[in-house]
Amino acid sequence: MARTVIPFGPQHPVLPEPIHLDLVVEDEKVVQALPSIGFIHRGLEKLAETKDYIDFVYVAERICGICSFIHGQTYCQAIETIMNIPVPPRALYLRTVWGEFSRIHSHLLWLGLMADGMGFENLFMHSWRVREKVLNIIEATTGGRVIFGSCKVGGVRRDINADTIKTILKDLDEIEKDLQGITKVFLNDRSVKARLCGIGVLSKQEAWDLGCVGPTLRGSGVAQDMRDQGYAAFKDIPVEPVTRTEGDCYARCAVRCEELFRSVNIIRQAFAKIPEGEIAVKVTGNPTGETITRTEQPRGEVVYHLKANGTKNLQRFRVRTPTFANLPAMLKVLPGCDLADVPMIVLTIDPCISCTER
Amino acid sequence: MSQEQIELITIDALLEKVRAKKSQGCRLVQISATQLPGQIELTYSFDLNSQLSNLRLSLPGEEPHLPSISSIYLCAILYENEIHDLFGVQVAGIAIDFKGKFYKTAIKFPFASAKIPCASSAAAPAAGAAACAINPDATPK
Amino acid sequence: MGYFEMSKLALKWALTKPPTTRYPFEPRQPIAGSRGQIVFTKDNCVYCTVCAKKCPTGALVVNRAEKKWVIDRLRCINCGYCAEICPKKSLTMVEGHGSPAVTRDREFH
Repeated sequence: MARTVIPFGPQHPVLPEPIHLDLVVEDEKVVQALPSIGFIHRGLEKLAETKDYIDFVYVAERICGICSFIHGQTYCQAIETIMNIPVPPRALYLRTVWGEFSRIHSHLLWLGLMADGMGFENLFMHSWRVREKVLNIIEATTGGRVIFGSCKVGGVRRDINADTIKTILKDLDEIEKDLQGITKVFLNDRSVKARLCGIGVLSKQEAWDLGCVGPTLRGSGVAQDMRDQGYAAFKDIPVEPVTRTEGDCYARCAVRCEELFRSVNIIRQAFAKIPEGEIAVKVTGNPTGETITRTEQPRGEVVYHLKANGTKNLQRFRVRTPTFANLPAMLKVLPGCDLADVPMIVLTIDPCISCTER
Repeated sequence: MSQEQIELITIDALLEKVRAKKSQGCRLVQISATQLPGQIELTYSFDLNSQLSNLRLSLPGEEPHLPSISSIYLCAILYENEIHDLFGVQVAGIAIDFKGKFYKTAIKFPFASAKIPCASSAAAPAAGAAACAINPDATPK
Repeated sequence: MGYFEMSKLALKWALTKPPTTRYPFEPRQPIAGSRGQIVFTKDNCVYCTVCAKKCPTGALVVNRAEKKWVIDRLRCINCGYCAEICPKKSLTMVEGHGSPAVTRDREFH
């Protein structure tokens, strides 16, 4: 059988961001996939060496437009760990709430993109209709739709008052009802199942060995979620990782659908337990030391490695984003699949390339 | 970060130590390189039961060489290609070697020097400020 | 395995008012509390240049001698940091975005 090389990306309808794959196909079957990324490498890690460490949270947030809040939060957490800053508990709860809102909006974006990728336009529209309600809450509480800009070293910039909490909780009930409507279609519809079940199977051992993180890892049956490490308010709000055992595209989709409801519950619990008090402490001095901080983003575990030497600039700012860890898994499951299933497999790891290249 | 989480090793012991981590069932979390004066510091982070453990080694600043661990952890290919493209570390025997084509950077090994070498990123704020400088001829609104 | 799972949802929304606004005939109402744009009030500004020093993108230039405050709107990221740190509160963040720009003009105040 003659082999053909089909280029996939960097411009492709299912890809919001540029990644290029050289797909070696035999008939309709993919036998090899070679990636090439690096189209949008911006060198943000190097920028830390010239920017003030307090102002750098703006850059950290702009690593990615979708997981932006948790990038900022992780950066602040890392600096706070190095400098031993006691963050007020109310700020930690607000960070948790915004982090979960960002998870909901990211998962809804992904569900929409996946529905769009398989040609289910109606479902795509409905996912984004629900997402818009979440974005409105985010805009009203933080000021931004996707770039929240509400996290700073030592706390948060804005508070949410009791009246707003009441309206948000009311909106959440409505959002939860909407979520039930669309996730029912994602989990039960025949045409969705036909596109996802049994496609791109990644076993538990493979997922662990390839260093997968987030829903990709949990979809293969490994119960690992960085939130159970108890950062921010998660020490008071227990998080049970959502897992599936199939390891196929459907499992990864189901994990994300279930996580939506868990996030809604976490927000409710956080609002029920939120303490009164200050929202930020004053930060003085320069950081000295090193830390590796891990948090759970919508796409999985993100690792921040910060090294500071007592000046106002960081010596090293290194981010390992979840997609970077999930790419090897994608390359592992692509060989052997049909060419028509490539978009689904690429989408189910939720690729965020601008995160990956920083 | 407490020092007991970091194990200092030499470059000869790297493969052996990484193999030991693999047999314990660890997941490779990340490989991070740091440019320090006269040397490059590498940190290999592993995760077991959500606990982080690190291996650390230093490479000389001039012509750094490193053996690849991609035969043990396949996912190391991305990290090692990244370290080669950004820091100029020659990594021997990567399972999929992009040969410097992993990141399409305008300049070779942009992170290898202490200063930002790229004219566009370092000079942009300065040039922007200069361009924004008050023009006395412009009519104020 | 479910057949016609989508039909209930589709039918419901076919019979309800669309959740979208008919832009541009109906402008989008800005949400209270959103970061729209920076507004400069000349009256109480002392030209201390704190905002220009702290601006993460270098969008602001302040000249104390000439008493001029300049903003490059295309460079501004609407983070609101300047409004937060302004000692005289002469900078405020208001709701509602400015009109789109075709050329890179700086605003002089």
